[in-house]
Amino acid sequence: MAMEVTQILLSAQSVDSTVRKHAEENLKQFQEQNLPVFLLSLSVELANEEKPADSRKLAGLVLKNALDAKEQHRKYELVQRWLSLDVSVKGQIKACLLQTLSSTASDARSTASQVIAKVAGIELPQKQWPELVGSLLSNVHQVPPHVKQATIETLGYLCEEVAPEAIDQDQVNKILTAVVQGMNANEANIEVRLASTRALYNAIGFAQANFSNDMERDYIMRVVCEATLSPEVKIRQAAYECLVSIGSTYYEKLAPYIQDIFNITSKAVRDDEEPVALQAIEFWSSICDEEIDILDDYGGDFTADSDVPCYYFIKQALSALVPLLLETLLKQEEDQDQDEGAWNLAMAGGTCLGLVARTVGDDIVPLVMPFIEENITKGDWRQREAATYAFGSILEGPSPDKLIPIVNVALGFMLTALTKDPSSHVKDTTAWTLGRIFEFLHGSTLATPIITPANCQQIITVLLQSMKDAPNVAEKACGALYFLAQGYEDVGPTSPLTPYFQEIVQSLLNATHREDAGESRLRTAAYETLNEVVRSSTEETARLVVELVQVIMTELHKTLEAQKLSSDEREKQTELQGLLCGCLQVIIQKLGASDPTKYALLQYSDQIINLLLRVFACRNATVHEEAMLSIGALAYATGPNFAKYMPDFYKYLEMGLQNFEEYQVCAVTVGVVGDICRALEDKVLAYCDGIMTQLLKDLSSNQLHRSVKPPIFSCFGDIALAIGENFEKYLMYAMPMLQSAAELSAHTSSADDEMIEYTNSLRNGILEAYSGIFQGFKNSPKTQLLIPYAPHILQFLDSIYIEKDMDDIVTKTAIGVLGDLADTLGSNAASLIQASVSSKDFLNECLSSDDHLIKEAAEWARLAISRAISV
Amino acid sequence: MAPPDPRRPFKRPAFSDQQKRRDISLQRQAQNRRDAQHQARCLALTTMSLQNDSAATPDPQYEHSDPDFEIEPEAAVKDRDFDVREAASLRGREARRWFAKQLMLPEWMIDVPDRLNSDWYVCARPAGKRCFVVSSNGVTVSRLRNGGLLHRFPSALPNGARSNNSNRSGQSYCILDCIFHEADQTYYVIDMVCWAGMSMFRTLVVYNCDQEGLKAAYTGPVSYLKDGLLFYNKHAHYESGNTPLVLVWKDENCSQYVLDTDSKGHIPDQQQVVLELLDDGRLATLDDPPVIFGCLDSDFIQKTGSQTGELLRFSINEGALYFKDGQLERADLNYLGKPNRARAFADSYSKVMFQYAARHSPLRIEHLLASIESSNHQETSTDADMLG
Repeated sequence: MAMEVTQILLSAQSVDSTVRKHAEENLKQFQEQNLPVFLLSLSVELANEEKPADSRKLAGLVLKNALDAKEQHRKYELVQRWLSLDVSVKGQIKACLLQTLSSTASDARSTASQVIAKVAGIELPQKQWPELVGSLLSNVHQVPPHVKQATIETLGYLCEEVAPEAIDQDQVNKILTAVVQGMNANEANIEVRLASTRALYNAIGFAQANFSNDMERDYIMRVVCEATLSPEVKIRQAAYECLVSIGSTYYEKLAPYIQDIFNITSKAVRDDEEPVALQAIEFWSSICDEEIDILDDYGGDFTADSDVPCYYFIKQALSALVPLLLETLLKQEEDQDQDEGAWNLAMAGGTCLGLVARTVGDDIVPLVMPFIEENITKGDWRQREAATYAFGSILEGPSPDKLIPIVNVALGFMLTALTKDPSSHVKDTTAWTLGRIFEFLHGSTLATPIITPANCQQIITVLLQSMKDAPNVAEKACGALYFLAQGYEDVGPTSPLTPYFQEIVQSLLNATHREDAGESRLRTAAYETLNEVVRSSTEETARLVVELVQVIMTELHKTLEAQKLSSDEREKQTELQGLLCGCLQVIIQKLGASDPTKYALLQYSDQIINLLLRVFACRNATVHEEAMLSIGALAYATGPNFAKYMPDFYKYLEMGLQNFEEYQVCAVTVGVVGDICRALEDKVLAYCDGIMTQLLKDLSSNQLHRSVKPPIFSCFGDIALAIGENFEKYLMYAMPMLQSAAELSAHTSSADDEMIEYTNSLRNGILEAYSGIFQGFKNSPKTQLLIPYAPHILQFLDSIYIEKDMDDIVTKTAIGVLGDLADTLGSNAASLIQASVSSKDFLNECLSSDDHLIKEAAEWARLAISRAISV
Repeated sequence: MAPPDPRRPFKRPAFSDQQKRRDISLQRQAQNRRDAQHQARCLALTTMSLQNDSAATPDPQYEHSDPDFEIEPEAAVKDRDFDVREAASLRGREARRWFAKQLMLPEWMIDVPDRLNSDWYVCARPAGKRCFVVSSNGVTVSRLRNGGLLHRFPSALPNGARSNNSNRSGQSYCILDCIFHEADQTYYVIDMVCWAGMSMFRTLVVYNCDQEGLKAAYTGPVSYLKDGLLFYNKHAHYESGNTPLVLVWKDENCSQYVLDTDSKGHIPDQQQVVLELLDDGRLATLDDPPVIFGCLDSDFIQKTGSQTGELLRFSINEGALYFKDGQLERADLNYLGKPNRARAFADSYSKVMFQYAARHSPLRIEHLLASIESSNHQETSTDADMLG
C-alpha cells in the first residue's frame, strides 16, 4: 500500500527552485489526500537500505514534522491526528522505524531515533506502545555497536520527549542501567559511550528514585566522574553536562561528592580544553544559582518547612574557588567585546565570580582585593582588565558598608581609566563596572552617597565623553548613566542631574545618530538611557522634556518617510521605530502624570496620534506593542477628548485584540481598552459592540496565550463601569463566561506555585469584572437584572475564601466585590448576603487585616452590607 | 538532545527596559482602575454618611456664617488613602474636613494662564456660600464648604423628597456643587458631581473666555450679586480638592469683597494670613506640598500654648514678603492669635498671593484682556508656521 516517494523526496532537495517547489507541492497534496499512506510511504522509504541516504533522511524529517510542531495549538492537532490513525497503519510505521535502528547508514538511524521518540511522546502518556522500552532493551547487549549506539540514542531522545510520569519505575531502572553501563569504561566503543553519556543527560530527571538510593547514586556519580576523565574530549564535555544537571536537580544529594567534584572541576578549569573547562565552571555557577535561590526563599532562616536546606558548598569551597576563578579572568580573548556571541573562559569565570559574590556576600571581598590591587596598574592590558572585571563582578552581594569605602577610593581611578586607558577592552570593563557601582551602591536607600556635589560633574563629563568612544565602550557608558539616573528616581523636587539634563539628552541623541550606533546595541542602550533620564527627571526640567516630544516625533516621522529600503534596512528601521515609540511612551507617561505638564503635552496630541496611526500601518509586533502603550498613556492624559481619535484608531485597536500569535500585543491592547474606557466613559459606548465581540472571541480561543485572559475579564469591569447600565446587552454573554471561569478557578487542584499564581490572577480578573459591573449598574432601574447572578457570585466568594489560598490582591478585590454587590443590590440581596460565609468570617478577617488596602475594602463592604440589611 | 548552552548574560543588566515600560504601564492602569472604583465607592459613602448625619440636629455653631467663609477659604488637603471607616464615623471637625474635601476648590488667579481664550471658560460668580447639595433617601441637604450643615429641604432632585421618584431605586442620589445666593434664596449650580435633573436650581451662564466672553461675564447684568469671575479649564474633570484648573479672580468692579475682612467685617490695615503650625515649628499653607512662610521657635510655641496642627493668625508687615527666583523666600509675620475655631483650613498660597497683589499691584481686567489679545496673535503666527 506504500507509494514510491524517492523521486519526490530527492526533487524536494533539488538546487533548481522550480523543481523543488513542484516537489514540495506534490508532497503537500499527497499528505492532504491520503495521510495514512503518506506516512507509511515515508517510513518505508526511511527503512529501505537500498534507497539513497538523502531521500531516507528527508523521509524521516517529514515524518517527524508530521508529529510535532513548536506552536502549542498546532502540536495538539498533530497529536490528535496521529492518535486517530488506523492501528495497523501505525503498527507498520513503528515496525519500519524500529527496523531502521539497525541500518548501516548513520543518518537513517539517527533520524529514526528521533521519530521513535516523537511517537513515544504521543503514545506512552496514552498507555499505548507499552512494549517499546522492553523491545529496545531486550537485546541491547547482543547487537553490533552501531545498533547499540542507535538504541541508546533513542532512549535518550525518548527521555527528552516523554514526561517521567509516563514511564514505570521498573522501565526507568532498565533504561538507566543500560545507559550507565554504556558509559562505563568496560564499554569498548567510543560512539556507544558518547551516546550513553548524552542519553544520561536527558535521563537525569527520571532518576529521582535512583538518586534517593545511596548505592545507586554512588554508582551513577562514580561513572559520571570517571567519564569526566575520558580521553575523548566530547565524552568529557558530555559528562560535565551531566554533572551540571545533577548539581541543579539533586543539589541536596551532593554533599558526599562535593570535594571530589571540586578536585576534578579545578583541574578541568586549569588544564582541559575550553568546551570542557566552560562546563566545569558552569557546574559552580549552577551551584551558586541553587544556593542563591535557597537563601532568597528562606532568608537564611531554616525552619522545619524548608524543603531544601542550604549546604553552603560555595562558602566551604570559597578560599580555593575564588583564586581558581581569578586565574580565568586573565585568559581574555582579543576583541571579545566586539563579538556578540563570544563566550570564553574569562567571561564564564567572571560571571561565576559574580554569582559567588551574591552567594557569600562580604566574605568574598578580602579574597579578591589583593588580586585587584596587584593587577590594576600593571602594564599588560590583560591584568588591568582582569582586575577591573573582578571588581565589577563582586559589587552585587557584599554589603554597602563593606563596599562603599572601597568604591570611594576606586571611583577617581575608574574615571581616569575610562578617559585615559589605552586599551579599549579596559575602558569597556571600566564603564561596565561604573554601571554596576551605580546600580548597586547609589540611590535613595543608601545612607552614604557615593555621588556627591564634589564628584557629580566629573562623573557625568566622563560618561558623556565616553559616549563618543568605540561603540562597545559607549554602550557601557550609556548603561552606567542609566543606573546613575535610576538612583535619582525618587529624589524629590530637585535632582542633582537637573543642571546637566540638556547636555545629557543631547549626548544621548548624538549617540543614537552615530554611523556605527548599530554595533554593540549602542542605539538601543542610548534610547533606553534616555527613557530612564526622562523617568527620573523632575518638574525643574519638564520644559525640556516637552521639547523632547518634538525631537522624537521628528525622528519617528523620518523613519516613516524612508522609501525603497532593502530588507536589511527595513529591519533596522523597524527596530528604530520600536525604540522611538518606546521613548515617546515614556515621555507621554511622564508628562501625563501631572496637570501642568499634561497640558503642555496635549498640544501635540493630534500630531502624536497621526504618527502612531502611521506606525500601526507598518505592522510589526514589537513596534505595534510600543505604539499601543503610547496610545494608552495618551488616552489617559487626554481624557474625554480622546473621542475624536477613535474613528481612525478603532481598526488598530480591533487588530490588536485579534492578534493571537503575538499575544503580548493582544495583552497590551486589552490594557489600552481599559485606558480608553476610563478616558471616554460613556462615549466609548459606540465602540463597545466591536470590542466586546472581540474580547469574547479571545476568551473562547484556545490559541490565545492564557496570560491574556485575566486582563480581559478585568476589562469587562472597565467597560461596565464606563457605560453603566448599557452593559445590559452584554450580560447574557459575559456572565456565563465569568461564571464558568469562576467555577474553574474556585479550586486550585495543583500545588504548583505557577498554577496557583495564575489561578489567583484569573480570580482577580473575574472579581474586577464583577466589581465594575455592579458599580456600573448602581442607581439604574436595571439593577434587578443582576439579582439572578448574586447567588453564584456569593458562592464563588465563599469557595475561594474556604480554599485559603488567595493572595492579598485577590482578597482585597474579593471583599470589595462583596461591598459592591451589597451596595448595588441593596435589600434585594440582604438574605443571600447574610447567609454567606463571606459576609461574616471572611469580612471579619479582612477587617482586622494588616494590609490597609484590604482593610479599606472591608470597611466599604461592612458599610454597604449594614445598609443593605437595614433597609 | 541538544547540550545545554552554558552562555550566560555577559556585562548586561539583568532586566529589559522594554519590560520595565510594560510593567510601569500595567501599574498605571491598575492604579487608574483602583481610583475609578474607589471614586464610585466614595460617592456612595458620601450619601451614606449624609443619611446618618441628616437625622441628627445640626450643631448650631455651624449655622453661623463666619466671615472666613464669606471670603472663600481654600481647599482641603488631598488624601487618597483616607480610611473610609473613619469617614463614616466622623463628627465635628473631622467630618467637616471630610466633606470639605469632596469639593473641587479653585485656586486664586495670580498669573494669567496661557491660552486663556482657547482653553478656558469664564462665568460671573454669584456672591454667597459655596456648598454641596446632596439629595438622597428622600431629603436634600446642603453643606457648607467647611462641612457645616446649611439647609435641609425637599427637592426635585433624584430621591430629594419623600414623594418623588417613587419608582426609582432607593439607592439613587445626586450631588451638586453650588453657591447659595442669600438674596433670592437660590442655589446656583457651578458644577455637577453626580447625576442630576434640575428644576429649582439655576445654572450659570458660561462663556468662552475670548474678548467678548470675558467682557460679558465681567460687565454683563445678572440676576444675582456678583462676586468675581470663575475660570474653568476646558480639559478639567470634576476632581475633589485644590485644583489649578478652576481659577477665581476679582476686582472692585465685580465684587464687594476684594480684600479680606477681619472677624468684625472691617478691612485690616495689614494683610492677615492663617497658617498651620507643623511639628517642627514651621508655618505652612494648606497646599500640597505646603509653602512655608516662617518658623516659630519653641519658646514662642510654649508661650502661646500652640500645638502641632493648630491654625494661627498672623499679619504681614507692609511689603514684607521676600521673593527669590519667583519663589517665596521669607515673610515678616506678626502673631495675632488663633482664628475662629470653626475654621477648618489654613490659607492657600494662591489666596495669600492674590490678597498681597490686591493690596500692592493687582492683576487687572486689562491684563486679562491683553493676554487674550496677544495669544490671538500668537495663534495666527503658529498657524502660519505650520503651513510653512
